[in-house]
Amino acid sequence: MRMDGVGKVFAGEVTALSDMNLTLAEGEFVSLLGPSGCGKSTALRLIAGLMQPTTGKVSWQGRHDTGDLGVVFQEPTLMPWATVEKNVWLPLRLRGEKLDAMRPRIREALDMVGLGKFANAYPRELSGGMKMRVSIARALVTQPRLILMDEPFAALDEITRNRMNDDLLALRGRLGCTVIFVTHSVFESVYLSDRIVVMAPRPGRVAEEVTVTAANRDQDFRTSADYAGLCRAVSAALSRATGDT
Amino acid sequence: MTEARTQIPDAEEIARLRRARAEKTGRWLMPLLTIALALAIWDRIVVWNEIPHYILPGPGLVARTLVEDWAILGPATWVTLKIAMMALVVAVIGGVSLAVLFSLSRWAEMSFYPFAVILQVTPVVAIAPLIFIYVENRTIGLLLCAWIVAFFPILSNTSLGLRSVDRNLADLYRIYGASRWQRLIHLQLPSALPYFLGGLRIAGGLSLIGAVVAEYVAGTAGIGTGLAFRILEAGYRLNIPRMFAALVLIAVLGVLIFAVLSLISHLALRHWHESALKKES
Ligand SMILES: Nc1ncnc2c1ncn2[C@@H]1O[C@H](COP(=O)(O)OP(=O)(O)OP(=O)(O)O)[C@@H](O)[C@H]1O
Ligand SMILES: [Mg+2]
Repeated sequence: MRMDGVGKVFAGEVTALSDMNLTLAEGEFVSLLGPSGCGKSTALRLIAGLMQPTTGKVSWQGRHDTGDLGVVFQEPTLMPWATVEKNVWLPLRLRGEKLDAMRPRIREALDMVGLGKFANAYPRELSGGMKMRVSIARALVTQPRLILMDEPFAALDEITRNRMNDDLLALRGRLGCTVIFVTHSVFESVYLSDRIVVMAPRPGRVAEEVTVTAANRDQDFRTSADYAGLCRAVSAALSRATGDT
Repeated sequence: MTEARTQIPDAEEIARLRRARAEKTGRWLMPLLTIALALAIWDRIVVWNEIPHYILPGPGLVARTLVEDWAILGPATWVTLKIAMMALVVAVIGGVSLAVLFSLSRWAEMSFYPFAVILQVTPVVAIAPLIFIYVENRTIGLLLCAWIVAFFPILSNTSLGLRSVDRNLADLYRIYGASRWQRLIHLQLPSALPYFLGGLRIAGGLSLIGAVVAEYVAGTAGIGTGLAFRILEAGYRLNIPRMFAALVLIAVLGVLIFAVLSLISHLALRHWHESALKKES
């Protein structure tokens, strides 16, 4: 997946994004980090094909069908009238797959996020973290090559959030898919990503990139000096990006 | 997260529980009590002031009339109920299909929505005489009048519901390549369901009003007469008790329709919608 010189100007001459370049390697975990309004969501919407760029080009060679892309929003975005199982079935259903035939796959996706027992629950019966897991299971059920996540854990408390981060890393280790992860949290981005793209606002653009190399991402990494140093570097990059406008 | 370790709830919880329980019984006990009280007062006023029954009959006489005239009032109730329910069914079909059409085409909405509003704001008593001139069949005329009154809340509520789809969900459907049809069936219609059911409850009451009003306008001609006609007829004959009895039947019909539609709404939404959840917990 690559973005070449992508810009987006909204009606009313709001330049949400200008000249953004981003190339993703297969299996890479990239975070988009930046202050509010710098066009992170806009970038994701462009990649998802929900809108067309004003300038430049978004191209993705690996995309063959709709199932190659998975999306997780900040809110769980579940259909409240449908059970967990039927919510996860949605991407398959829209391709014309029957529920009975897909049940093993849905079950597998739910097991991956640890909700195997909740297939027949309604969203309202679940906690915020559990709803988010359903949302992730729905993104995984098509076995996508690329997953876009727009601040998926922003609404969760820190304990739940840390656990979700660990689970996400484990999942990615197992599935090997490429992830673009939008976040406001420096710590989260350092903990999760292979590469952090720091964005600057007005107009939205890429300011700096930080590469993260870590052997294992676990509690030791979280408390290591490397981690602290990276967080400091990313914070500095972020304040440079915000300050120089 | 944290399990309650103490087994005995504190005084505040106990008081809250007791209040909740009292409220639950009060919800049906209080209306019954006030109605009984009103009937008693009514009865006493009639007896103590020696009001003749052709001016104001007491509740006892009304009840007796209800039983004695059941041979006349029963079939009339059935006729009115039938008209109201048929109008409601047609209003649901018409209102929902029009709302779907509007959601599929903004041009259709822009062109036809004003007609719906005009139809709604014009009092049905004013339209009804014309309808009975042009429509030969009396039942169809009645149906048409009741439909005019009942269909608008269904149309406007369903329209609103079809438009109130969660934006992110709509995006998700696009990303997964949903067709227009799939979006309508799997996303828009379920989203609109609570709105539709709210409109249905209003329309149920209105269809009864429409049926009764139309029958007043249609007047005495024809067979297969409903409650409104019986009231008119009893009025000419100064049969006040029967007028009251018919009135009671209309009110009971209205309450019944409302109760049934509320139940339907509750059953349809109980798993997921806020409005249905509050009642349970
Ligand atoms: N549909 C739209 N029409 C007009 N302007 C828009 C539209 N969508 C976004 N914008 C503008 O584009 C800019 C970038 O918005 P975007 O939502 O991409 O920011 P963001 O980085 O995701 O912010 P946040 O962290 O708050 O989610 C903002 O200034 C916003 O006002
Ligand atoms: Mg955003």
